[in-house]
Amino acid sequence: MRGVARARWAAGAAVVLLALAACGGGAGGSGGRVLSSSWGDPQNPLEPSNTNEVQGGKVLDMIFRGLKRYDPKTGKAENMLAERIDTTDSRHFTITVKSGWKFSNGEPVTAHSFVDAWNYGASLRNNQRNAYFFGYIQGYDKVHPETGTQTADTLSGLKVTGPRTFTVTLGQKFSTFPDTLGYAAFAPLPRAFFTHHSAWLDKPVGNGPYAVESYTRGAQMTLRRWDGYPGPDKARNDGVTLVVYTDSNTAYTDVLAGNLDLVDDIPAGQLKNVRTDLGGRYINTPAGILQTLAFPFYDPKWNTGGARKVRTGLSMAINREQITRTIFRNTRTPATDWTSPVLGTDGGYKPGLCGKACEYDPAAARKLIREGGGIPGGQLKITYNADSGSHKQWVDAVCNSINNVLGNDRACVGNPVGTFADFRNQIGRHRMTGPFRAGWQMDYPLIQNFLQPLYYTGASSNDGKWSDKRFDHLVDRANAESDKAGAIRLFQQAETVVRDNMAAIPLWYQNGSAGYTDRLHDVALNPFSVPVYDRVKVG
Amino acid sequence: MGRYVARRLLQMIPVFLGSTFLIFMMMYVLPGDPVRALMGEQAYDPTVVENIRHDLGLDRPWWWQYGHYLGGLFQGDFGTEIASKREVADIIADAFPVTIRLTLFAFVFMVVVGIGLGVVAGLRPDSVRDRGLLTLTLVLISMPSFVLGYLMQYIFAFQLQMITPTVQDSESFGDLFLPAIVLGSLSLAYVARLTRTSMAENLRADYMRTAVAKGLPRRRVVGVHLMRNSLIPVVTFLGTDIGNLMTGAIVTEGIFNVQGVGNAIFEALTRREGATVVGIASLIVIVYLFTSLLVDLLYAVLDPRIRYA
Repeated sequence: MRGVARARWAAGAAVVLLALAACGGGAGGSGGRVLSSSWGDPQNPLEPSNTNEVQGGKVLDMIFRGLKRYDPKTGKAENMLAERIDTTDSRHFTITVKSGWKFSNGEPVTAHSFVDAWNYGASLRNNQRNAYFFGYIQGYDKVHPETGTQTADTLSGLKVTGPRTFTVTLGQKFSTFPDTLGYAAFAPLPRAFFTHHSAWLDKPVGNGPYAVESYTRGAQMTLRRWDGYPGPDKARNDGVTLVVYTDSNTAYTDVLAGNLDLVDDIPAGQLKNVRTDLGGRYINTPAGILQTLAFPFYDPKWNTGGARKVRTGLSMAINREQITRTIFRNTRTPATDWTSPVLGTDGGYKPGLCGKACEYDPAAARKLIREGGGIPGGQLKITYNADSGSHKQWVDAVCNSINNVLGNDRACVGNPVGTFADFRNQIGRHRMTGPFRAGWQMDYPLIQNFLQPLYYTGASSNDGKWSDKRFDHLVDRANAESDKAGAIRLFQQAETVVRDNMAAIPLWYQNGSAGYTDRLHDVALNPFSVPVYDRVKVG
Repeated sequence: MGRYVARRLLQMIPVFLGSTFLIFMMMYVLPGDPVRALMGEQAYDPTVVENIRHDLGLDRPWWWQYGHYLGGLFQGDFGTEIASKREVADIIADAFPVTIRLTLFAFVFMVVVGIGLGVVAGLRPDSVRDRGLLTLTLVLISMPSFVLGYLMQYIFAFQLQMITPTVQDSESFGDLFLPAIVLGSLSLAYVARLTRTSMAENLRADYMRTAVAKGLPRRRVVGVHLMRNSLIPVVTFLGTDIGNLMTGAIVTEGIFNVQGVGNAIFEALTRREGATVVGIASLIVIVYLFTSLLVDLLYAVLDPRIRYA
């Protein structure tokens, strides 16, 4: 599919034929300063508190602005609609909304816009996938009990105290709570969302730099710049057309032909020629995704002092550098801690925190595994789902690496599970007998999000049921610490507990990739690997 | 004739029920929980998963779910998707017209070109043009559709720049031209070969000699006597192939980004959307049933010896 536009000689004939083809009309890269971009049909209805994947996230990022916004470059949470968020004890927060903000239908954004939206998101009745984000707010157990029916409609921890002010009371101290408010689930919602719900879903209305012009489910969404947008980050183009592609290869082909402006997921098969195809119009930047190998600590064989040494030994037996270079063509970076580079060193990312335990060292790996009593059960089976993400390749490579170190080609094998649904099912039922693939995509760029949900005792995504009192205690202290730098230091201390026990083997940081045509300038991906559409210049 | 058709229509009912049941059970016994899977790799709330399962009746036994599904189906309700909460009828209404257009286009192409080539070659067996056709169709049959698809895309979109590489507007016949040709070319090869063999064989039949001996003009000998008798196997093939064209377009639809039935059913399968899969598959079953009835009726038209009581 390479070698674009060599047929200049046929220009004369092509003009005639192009006129024929132009009857098709449609979405192409033409028309003012509007850009077209590849899209996948979002799985969920486009409610902010119901969207937890990147395709729906793209739209929400264009049509909503929350109290905070994560800087697309640094990932730092900065005030957007919030004028002030005050607290004295890290538990009671007073939030003041800036004046002058409106939804694109003209309705002003008030304290109610937030409180009503959050109550909607938290209520069990609405079955919102992001409901757990509101779990820190007091009264969550009443509107969203673990069993039985809800006994309250609204969160008791939310109180509107003025047209532009409201207070939030948390169930426990959580000093970095304000920094979580940039997540899409905390977006404000207009009245129309509640009064004309299905009409709203057909054509969502928000307060961001773009407004939805039309939406054909499964095919296309056109967004236009909203000229009345009061924020500082007005769109630098006239609009974005999102075109659904079921195959990213096809989208890539369309970008090469100039038929589509932006593809934000370069198919693995094209990585080897992407630089010759697109030259400098290819970006490959870190995203907030960390791949690890998790362990079943509910299996007594893996929950011993010896197994701890074995896990560290296994980590040292994996040649991360070689695997990321040959298999992923540098779209992954070897991990040296349990967070992500997108946090920045100020935000808690600490390269090298893992130290020797994440460096390839065959001799030391052999020694540690032998000291620890060998691999529990005699053979290491790495479980993964085979239906997406070409996991087979890297699992086999990891096993090869381990087998070479141990000089035994039966020491490690991959254990594929047919579908993601079944894979999650088996993990949920604690059926794992060895390490399993664990990918973590951050919700918001905070070190807390990379540690607490995964390693805290009983946390929602602690699939291996790892539990350590020291870790829990350090996280509790970090959440209560009002000084941000102090809190991050405590989280990093907690991370060293994870390291010393090798609760999960960090493999690599995942990158986001995108390619674009020469019509576009200033294309970048944010830490969630979503293109920053409002900054893109067309023409 | 009328009674025959009525009997065939009645026979469709158990076939339809049986096939929906089979497809439904296949989706049901797939391991894993689709509601849990749609929560992805992030943290999630087990209560919400339980709640959604309960609302959709996924926590009930299979016979209740199947009964519920059938009950809805008879009232014209295809159910709703788990993740998007979209009506399956909506999805079908979006995807089917696109696929029907594509199928019609491909079908007309393969009938006209396929039978035409077959006739040209079949009238002069073992001539140069006959061998040419056999070679050409052999190439088409042995080439996977994605190879042909990418090749056509490369030649017509990149080298000649005659068209856009993908379909921009699925309502425009001009845009659907290339995917339809790719989709139809494999069947075209079969149609051409069937026509050619059948004609070559019938050329030597007794009735042909009689017709020529009677001094009938050549046009009538070939057009009426030879064609009518030679088309029976071709019509059989064409009838079953309509269904294949409609469902088998997944690869072609992917290459040209056509949002049709093939893509819809593939997406639904990967997302484990049972209602969508059963709904679309049931409609395809109906298409198969009706085309096979149509083929049987066409036999009587083509060959007067065949009669239905």
